[in-house]
Order: sequence, then C-alpha cells, then structure tokens
Amino acid sequence: MDASTSTRTATPLQPEARLITHEPYYEPVADEIALFEAACDSRIPVLLKGPTGCGKTRFMEYVAWKLKRPLITVSCHDDLTANDLVGRYLITNNETVWVDGPLAHAVRVGGICYLDEVVEARKDTTVVIHPLADDRRMLPIEKHGELLRAPDSFVLAMSYNPGYQSVLKELKQSTRQRFVAIEFNYPSETLEAKIVAAESGLDAANIAKLLKLAHMTRNLKGNGLDEGASTRLLVHAAKLIKRGVAARVACHGAIAEALTDDAEMLRAIDELTSSIF
Amino acid sequence: MPPLATAALEKRLDALLNPVLSSRRTAAPLAAGVATLPRALQDFTLHWVEVIGRTNYEMAYQFAAAAPEALPALDTQAAEAWIIQAMDSYDREGLYQGSLVFKQYADFAQRGLNAHGVQFNEVATVLERFVCGLAGRRLNIDSAETAWTDTETLYLPPRITVGASRDENFLIYKIIATLLWAQGRYGTFNIDLNAALAHHSEPARALVWLNYLEVIRLEANIARLLPGLARDLAALRGESGESGESSDHDARYAPLRAVDAGVRDSIALLDTLDLQQAVPRRAWLGTLRPASAKAAREARLTREKDALQAALAQLFKEQIQNADGAEENQNFEVRVNHDDNLGADVELTLGGKPLAPPKPVRELLDSIVQDLGEIPDEYLLANTAQEATGEGDGDEQDIAPADGPAVYYDEWDFQRRHYRKNWCALRELEPPAGDAAFVESTLKKYAPQVTQLKRNFELLRGEDRLMKRQQHGDDIDLDAVIAAYADMRAGRELPQRLFTKRHKAERNLAVMFMVDMSGSTKGWINEAEREALVLLAEALQVLGDRYAIYGFSGMTRKRCEIFHIKRFDEPYSERVRQRIAGIAPQDYTRMGAAIRHLSALFETVDARTKLLITLSDGKPDDYSDNYRGEYGIEDTRQALIEAHRAGIKPFCITIDHEARDYLPHMYGAANWTLIDNVLRLPLKVADIYRRLTS
Ligand SMILES: Nc1ncnc2c1ncn2[C@@H]1O[C@H](COP(=O)(O)OP(=O)(O)O)[C@@H](O)[C@H]1O
Ligand SMILES: [Mg+2]
Repeated sequence: MDASTSTRTATPLQPEARLITHEPYYEPVADEIALFEAACDSRIPVLLKGPTGCGKTRFMEYVAWKLKRPLITVSCHDDLTANDLVGRYLITNNETVWVDGPLAHAVRVGGICYLDEVVEARKDTTVVIHPLADDRRMLPIEKHGELLRAPDSFVLAMSYNPGYQSVLKELKQSTRQRFVAIEFNYPSETLEAKIVAAESGLDAANIAKLLKLAHMTRNLKGNGLDEGASTRLLVHAAKLIKRGVAARVACHGAIAEALTDDAEMLRAIDELTSSIF
Repeated sequence: MPPLATAALEKRLDALLNPVLSSRRTAAPLAAGVATLPRALQDFTLHWVEVIGRTNYEMAYQFAAAAPEALPALDTQAAEAWIIQAMDSYDREGLYQGSLVFKQYADFAQRGLNAHGVQFNEVATVLERFVCGLAGRRLNIDSAETAWTDTETLYLPPRITVGASRDENFLIYKIIATLLWAQGRYGTFNIDLNAALAHHSEPARALVWLNYLEVIRLEANIARLLPGLARDLAALRGESGESGESSDHDARYAPLRAVDAGVRDSIALLDTLDLQQAVPRRAWLGTLRPASAKAAREARLTREKDALQAALAQLFKEQIQNADGAEENQNFEVRVNHDDNLGADVELTLGGKPLAPPKPVRELLDSIVQDLGEIPDEYLLANTAQEATGEGDGDEQDIAPADGPAVYYDEWDFQRRHYRKNWCALRELEPPAGDAAFVESTLKKYAPQVTQLKRNFELLRGEDRLMKRQQHGDDIDLDAVIAAYADMRAGRELPQRLFTKRHKAERNLAVMFMVDMSGSTKGWINEAEREALVLLAEALQVLGDRYAIYGFSGMTRKRCEIFHIKRFDEPYSERVRQRIAGIAPQDYTRMGAAIRHLSALFETVDARTKLLITLSDGKPDDYSDNYRGEYGIEDTRQALIEAHRAGIKPFCITIDHEARDYLPHMYGAANWTLIDNVLRLPLKVADIYRRLTS
C-alpha cells in the first residue's frame, strides 16, 4: 500500500458501512420498534425526538441490527456542509477520485443514515436531504454528475432535541414535515432500573438510590436545570460506583457536574445525593 | 482618607433625603451623627442612603438615623443583612415594620458574634432547590423567627448558630427544611388539628407535644426516603449529646415509625402521654400553626380542584378529537399506588383507557393526593361549563377621546372563540426621565460581573468563522485547491474560489424587550428590572445586536400603555439611560394588547431572527374586568400565536414561582425561564439572552 492510499483510508470522508453483528442491548419503551419498521417499509424517513441520553443512538443500533442493514451515523456540528454529507473529489496517484460522503455512501449501499442532533448542522445542509426525504428518494450529486436513486432498503433517520432554547436551533417546518416522528423520553422507573443494571452490573439497592436522585433532578428541570439526569448519566454514575468510587463522588462527577455549572445548583444536587446515599 | 466634615455630610444628606426633610426636620442631626463615623462607614452610609432612597425616602432617613450607632457594632456582612432584612420587611409589611428593623440593629450585632453561624440568606437558594428536588409540590422558602410551614412556604430561622461548625449549622438548616417539607408530603395537616386537640385540657401544650411526635414520625419517613440524611442526623444527635436523646427511641413511640403511620397515630399517642412533662429539646424542632396550614390547604384544594377539572376538560376534548377517541359519556378514573416513596403514582384512565397526562396535570394529581390521600370522584368531573359574558365588541366611541390618539387592537375571547374588534385602546407614551446616575451606580455595583459579561459577549461576537472557498482571502483553501485540481484533471472548468477568509459571522438578529411596568413590580422587582436593562444594554453594545426596549402597563382596555424606552434605530444615549432609570411601577398587565403593539412595531424591522423577550413578574391581569385568569391567559396566548405567525419568536423571563402553571401554555414548553431569586435577575437576563442567541 503506498502513502497516498493510506492517506485516503484515513480520511473521514470514506465511512465504513457498519454492519452490526451482535445484538445491541435495547429495552423497548413503547411500540417504537414496530413504528420504525413500518416507516421503513413505507419508505418514510424517521425523526427521533427527545432529550439527550434517553436511548436514541442505542435504538438506531438496535434497529440496524434487527433489519440487518449497515448503519452510518453522522454527528452533526456547525461546520458540517452539504459537501461533507454528499462527497467530494480527492486526488490520489495523480488521479482524481470521487469519494462519497456518508449520506451518498448510505444511499449507495442501501443502509441506514442517522444524522445525530441535526439542528447543529448548517442550515443549508438540511436542504440536500430534502429530495431524499420525500417520495422522490433521490440524491443529486451535482459535482459528480450523478443522480443517486435510493434503493428500498435505504433509511434516513435523524435526531432532534426539542428542549433547546436557542431560537437559532429550531428545525424548519419544511424539513420536519417530511418525517415520521418517534418520541423518546426517559423510560419508566422499572425499565430504567433494568437498563442501568444491565449496562453497569450495579446492585439493585444502589440503583434504586440512583433512580431516586434522577427523579429529584428531573423535578429541578425548569427550576434552574435545563435538563434532569438522563439514563446515560445514571449509567455513567452506576459504572463508577460499581468500580468502587464512593457514591457521593461518583454522582458529583457523573451527574451534578454534567448537569450544571451553577455553584448553588451543584451544591443542591450534592446535598440531594448525600441525603440519599 | 480623612472623614467627611459635618457640613459636607449635611449637604450630601440634604440632597439625598430632600423629599422627606422640612424646615423642622433637617439633615443636620443626621450629619452630626454620621460625622462621628470613620470614612469607610461614612461612605457605606451614604451609599446605602442613596440606594434605599430609590425605594423609599423615609426608610433612607431612618437608616441614616440608625447608622451612627449601629454600624460600629456590626461587621459588613451583618450590616448588609440588617439593611436587607429591613427593606424586606418594608416591601412586605410597610414603613412601620421596616423602620422597626432599623431600630433593632442590636439583634444583628448579637448574631454576628458566632463565627460558625450560618445565615438564611446564604443557604436560601440551595435549600429552595433542595426541596424542589424532593418535590411533591412547589414550595417557597422564607425566613421567620421560628421554623414552621403553612404547606406552601417553608419558614426557616434567620440564622443558625447552635452547631459546632458551619457544616453542622448548614446540616441543621437542611434537616429543618426537610422536616417542614415532610409535614406536607406526609400529611401532618391532613386533618383538622385544632379540632383533634380540643379535648385536651391544655390544647396548646398538646400541640407542642404533637409537634414532637410528628418529628419522630417524619424522621422515620425521611430515614426510608433519605437514608444518607438520616445517618447525618444520627451523627449530629450523638455528637451534640443533647439530653433526652434516648427518649426518641422510647418503645412507646414505635407505632409512629411504622411505614403506614399517619398523623392520627401521633394524635392517638398523645392521650397516653403525660403532657405536663417538658418536651425534649431539638435544634430542628419548629412549631405547628394548624390554622395557617388549614387555610392554605383549603385554598389550595379549591384552586387545584378547579385547575384539575379544567385540565381534564381539555384532555377530554383532545381525546374526542383523536379519531379513535372517547365517547361523550366516558368517565375519568384514577388509581393511586401509594407504595412508591418518590410520591404517589397516579394512573389516569378515560373510559378504561390509560392516558399519559402532561406534567402539570400529573403534578396536580400528586399534590391533591398529598392533601387528601386520594382523588375524590367530584374532582374528576371535567369542567366544560361555558360562561356567557354578554359583552359586545368595543367601539371607539366608548373610549374617552380626551386621552389623546390611540391605536386599537382586537382581543381574543376564548369562550366565544372570536376576536372582539378594536377592543383595546393603546397609547405610546414617554416615561418620565429618571436620574441617569442610576446607570453609573449599577455599573459600579456590578463592576466585576460586567467585565465578565462583556467578555462572554465578546466571545459570542468574536466567533470568527473560517469562510471557505472565497474569491479573495488571507490563506489558501487547501481543500478547494485539491478539488480544483481534481476538477481540472477531469477536464472541468477551473474554479476560482480558492481562498479562506476569517469573517465575523453576521448576527442577523433584532430583539425587543418588553418590560413589565405593572404595579406589582413595585420595590425590588422594579429595581432589578432596571438593573437588568443596564447590564443588558452594556452587553448588547459589545455584541452590536439591534435592540429595542418598551415598558408596558395600563388600566382597563381603554387605557393600555406602552412606554417607549429605546427604539431599534435609537443609539444607547443619555436620554435612553434616563428613561431606563425612570421606569416606574404603574398599573396592570393587559399583555395581549402590548404584544400586539410590539409585534406591529416589529413589522418594519428587517432581520432574519426577531426575538420578543418579556420580563414579567406574574400572570396577565387587569383592573375590574375579566382579564384576570383564564381569559387573560388565553388572549395573551393568542397574541403570541399571532406574533409567531409574523415570524417573531417570543420568550418570557419571569420571577413568578407559579409560572409553570400557565407559561408553558402561553409560550410553549421551552420558551420561558424562571428566575427564582429577584436579586439574580440583573445578571441572569444577559446570560439567558446569550444562551438564547448562540
Ligand atoms: N431503552 C434503552 N435500552 C438500553 N439502553 C438504554 C436505553 N435507553 C438508554 N439507554 C442507555 O443510555 C445510554 C445513552 O443512550 P443514547 O442512545 O446514547 O442516548 P441519545 O442518543 O438519546 O442521546 C446508552 O448508552 C444506554 O446505556
Ligand atoms: Mg446520542
């Protein structure tokens, strides 16, 4: 392998279609799996709505495994351009080579393309997904002079957190109205206990205490906190405790500090933690 | 610096207190007193005379009179606590009570002696959040001489000094707050205590004992919910070595520790005790005030019953609208599962079909279960009753023309589901010019924070974007060159845009601030609003965003008023500063008309994002017509929907603790925020603005 090819393999523009071979652990919360499958069968794109850390990414991994289709995830950020999604020309060995971006790649292999936190992307990038997201199901690649038609197995999915307060981060109607929405929220107490146990191996007594704390931070949402502790944060804290970190320290690091910078709020969460543990 | 001479002081005090001085009451005796103080305390005195004078001149006078004796006896912290307490009393109870606090400075000197002492003001915010986390229902925190609660507000002592360390004193605060919270959560007042104690020969003694027994019962509940706190409590008890410690473990009290023990068990136990014995002392023992709690509970039950019935009516409508939904004759039912120690788990069904009610409804259900242990059937009758108002549209004749030219706005009548045409007459007025020195002193007061604020906003502005593929630029765009090269090799035209350029991202944004000038903002809220605007203006100057500020108030639909503080195209001038300083509480809050007027003003502004931020302290409200309550909320909501349609994004910053009951409905779940402490408003507003627009 010569130098230029190795540079090529290192570029993020050539995503590996990730075929998930082992069943990811996912606890269904309601009928979201059936809904997703029905949307796929009807070739309608899917919008996962919900706060961070409530299982959206895990859900995508699970359905990708179940449908046996490659999953291509793009974490959106504010420098993400249309070219980053679609693709571009590169030069190797004095030759120009077209390299698909993740979206084009997913279309080509008939996989699932998951745009995580889509509002973070530049506004104009959402426009390239429009022709893919209605019944045309096409991706025009102007540069390459190509019009990709999505095979039936292609699925477009994206996630969106409606709780954001920034007025600059709202999803445009013209975009959102193309999608079937699946709402995610924190799982019920019993389910959440089961998830945290499965993910961390922590004992039931400590998990019950963690859930109590989570419940209390969720009470604080809108009273100084933008979000309560998500399932993800509970899993983090549980893993730390399982490894022998003192509960108060684990909850401070994995939960309180993750939720806020406000000194008095940090103190209040620490006081709740120390009251419970 | 040398102390100021009497004559100089007299001149300053005369200027500061002029409105309450006369030929018989001059500044001379005050000046003579203040002259005895060292320079630092003189400056301290003058500063506070000025600040207090902004709220009330007589209070400022009383302060100046008390300062010469008081200040030498207090350290700075105690002195400020003293002033704050006095102003607090003034705000709530009036001039007499306020000036009384100024005379009783000795109390504060006394409290200043203990180095480990913890003051209410230091812990109020943390504890308020702490109990909010414990939840059940929203509780306010306030201070009072002894600890007690009416189940709506937790009153905590102004200072705790009995502990051996600051940590221990804080812990005692935390235990008191938790116990008072538990009185609501575990139903201390769910029966009529005064009636239940009436058969005792000394009901007052019985009440003191009952308080003690309830503490034992509630501690057992707390131990189950909060084992960590129970452990801290046990440690505190062991170390503090209080007498009577063992009596808590008295076998006679065992029934109180049972999982299902209730207040009736405490009352029953009273009959078996010798009430003449002294009640054991505990640092965290407050008092019970059954009458206040009963009144609060009854008012709450009425309020929540109405709210629940209205919410169920709404839910019912939604269910019917859903195609597969409910039929007219279906009923709501609930099942309450008590075994959950995070609060009762209430399941709501309609015609047997389980519903997932929104958070406010779940909170209502939970709160009612706390008071009653169940949801009585009559609470579940959805209230669909419609009231006829019998009022027609407004016409311009019945609005007095003498008040000058007005603009007319429609108003939304939610019961009749249509607009009342030209219902509100609105006038745009100039507020009286205030003293621009207010701006200076605010900037001085917040000097360190202003620096930080500016830096934060600088960051926002300075977000340099690296613009790629530019025709001209500072650097070569490697990606573009490679792509161009590739294009060229592929026989395509050579693209021209091969450079990168740094560019400040254009913030194509215009923001309008709508400031509540209703009478209810009188006092510290008004001051906080003005300070907030000063800091905000400072920050926005850095950012360069276009902004406008308007105040709103009025009385009845015939006199809605908008006060012009700063137009979009107006620079932040001396005049604007004077108008900010001059913002003063007026009358009521007919919000719909104000929003419609400001939306109309927005029409001429060309910006990609238009933001309308309201600073408010409560619900829409107006004098002597039905604007208060649901009508006003629905009209405001409608006005906001109209604003939305016009491409305006509304957002509300409020200090009303009840905001969650109505703001989500008006503004949507994410478009409002609650600031729980007025004193924080000034700094928070700029902060929220930054978050909102980044
Ligand atoms: N339903 C669920 N089944 C299994 N694990 C879950 C579930 N919900 C949340 N989790 C746990 O929470 C973590 C965070 O979820 P994630 O999918 O990353 O959240 P999101 O993508 O919504 O931000 C996961 O790593 C997993 O441990
Ligand atoms: Mg994720």
